[in-house]
Amino acid sequence: MTNKELQEKARQVRVLIIQALHAAGSGHPGGSLSAADIVTELYFEEMNIDPADPKKKGRDKFILSKGHAGPAQYAALAVRGNYPAEDMMSLRKLGSAFQGHPNMHYVPGIEMSTGSLGQGFSAAGGMALANKLDGDPGRIYTLLGDGEIQEGLVWEAAMSASHYKLDNLVAVVDHNGLQIDGKNDDVMTVMPIAEKFAAFGWHVVTINGHDFDEIRAAFAEARACKGRPTAVIAETVKGKGVSFMENQAGWHGKAPNDEQTAQALEDLRQPADEEKGGQA
Amino acid sequence: MADKIATRAAYGEILPQLGKEYPNLVVMDADLSGSTKTAEFRKVFPERFFNMGIAEQNLYGQAAGLALSGKIVCASTFAMFATGRAFEIIRNAIGYTRANVKICATHAGITVGEDGASHQTFEDIALMRTIPGMTVINPSDAVAAKKLIRQAVEMDGPCYVRLGRAAVPVFYKEEDDIVLGKGNLVRDGKDVTIVATGILVSSAWKAAAALAEEGIDARIIDIHTIKPIDEEILVKAAKETGRIVTAEEHSVIGGLGDAVAHALALKCPVPMAMVGQQDVFGESGKPDELREKYGMTSADIVRAVKQLMPSK
Repeated sequence: MTNKELQEKARQVRVLIIQALHAAGSGHPGGSLSAADIVTELYFEEMNIDPADPKKKGRDKFILSKGHAGPAQYAALAVRGNYPAEDMMSLRKLGSAFQGHPNMHYVPGIEMSTGSLGQGFSAAGGMALANKLDGDPGRIYTLLGDGEIQEGLVWEAAMSASHYKLDNLVAVVDHNGLQIDGKNDDVMTVMPIAEKFAAFGWHVVTINGHDFDEIRAAFAEARACKGRPTAVIAETVKGKGVSFMENQAGWHGKAPNDEQTAQALEDLRQPADEEKGGQA
Repeated sequence: MADKIATRAAYGEILPQLGKEYPNLVVMDADLSGSTKTAEFRKVFPERFFNMGIAEQNLYGQAAGLALSGKIVCASTFAMFATGRAFEIIRNAIGYTRANVKICATHAGITVGEDGASHQTFEDIALMRTIPGMTVINPSDAVAAKKLIRQAVEMDGPCYVRLGRAAVPVFYKEEDDIVLGKGNLVRDGKDVTIVATGILVSSAWKAAAALAEEGIDARIIDIHTIKPIDEEILVKAAKETGRIVTAEEHSVIGGLGDAVAHALALKCPVPMAMVGQQDVFGESGKPDELREKYGMTSADIVRAVKQLMPSK
């Protein structure tokens, strides 16, 4: 896909995130929007998956360890064609398949129920081990929040992934710098992230998490790296794409109201529309 | 009851056999493979054995990932650290996902002995019982352990298997039927029923012999599967004997006693007494000394039965 095509997919993903969170009346926009480009690159270009056969043997798998960004994963799968986009408007409602945090038994294409931080990463390591054991070519991708790496389990899993030389495992850290209570390093210092993963025996690549060339290149580099797992430290903007949410910790875990939703969707309009409307 | 074998030894013995039969069986440990006996599997199938180091949370997180990729996983460490430290990983990554992981945890209860209170768990059954869909198994001897571990491996879904450190009497015979989810009538009797689990089943046998000398005819039921519990055999015993004494090497809070009381309170309430750890921590000592001090011997079962019997 061209970068322009990917940007359009990511835009559709962001629109769905806002619409679903507005319909739900609660949820996590900031970290869903910061992850949207990474998730789009994975689902639309990088991963070997088939929406018609979500359990296909030998497929790549994506585990959203930062499960609160579920709307980004739900939206990407919807845009990818796993189910109609309208379905995810039941997000967080009683009886919905689209739980507040992803459930693998309810939504086709979700490989692991996540939400409790650190656990998706640990399970992703187990999946990578299983693929090594079976000679399965499928690669395992997981996405962590930068606040999430404060969990001790993350470092237990980081240690075992390099011990078992899991070069089929890629962990992306969505480094938007913010968590619920404020800036990461005010709450609990996470920096330096790249050096920490390197010290745990990982190959580390640091990129702009909103630049498709850089995301694509990082995954290619990970594929070429043998004998150890790769950590991609993606520098991102929390709330990316919605002007009033960008870099605001306050938008970690609340839904936009009617007015804010209208503004957000305005921010996320197609560039072509903007040209027609004569806006910059 | 000539032989004494630890249930963890039985686990180590059956693992290689199961490994031969089930090519998708993998075994994991957290730096205790010599103690939990998973090393017996590693010797035969080193490529299917994964040591996660001293990291119990990651042990069960990785176990979930392996199981969700089609493996049958037996993941072992001491019961204290499996169910206590890793509880929430077991709950969310294994229970909620219905991952096919067998948490085969050893060194449960007071018979850990000399290591003391930090390593003696009386809470593990209580913790595991609360997780929806978790099967909870507590074998009473080496024969039962082998039969139940095999059934755990052969069923799909998460299981907790509680195993012990100390060598305990073997009273089942190879030909005895031991079926997951079914209580075993070990001894028939009409005056009272001793519902026991784990190593307290052999103590119940001794207690029943002592009670018989005093003219009290005690029934013994082995509840090796605490969840799902065999309500039928319990209700029948309550109706026919009118009194129930539970006996376990676990806290009386949340363990077998609670599970039996729960079932009977709803279906056939009868007078009950509970033998088990009484809401206190343990301490260092020899297993037998500790069982005596903390009230989990055949004599304690006899005392509890007598308290329930009508005065003559």
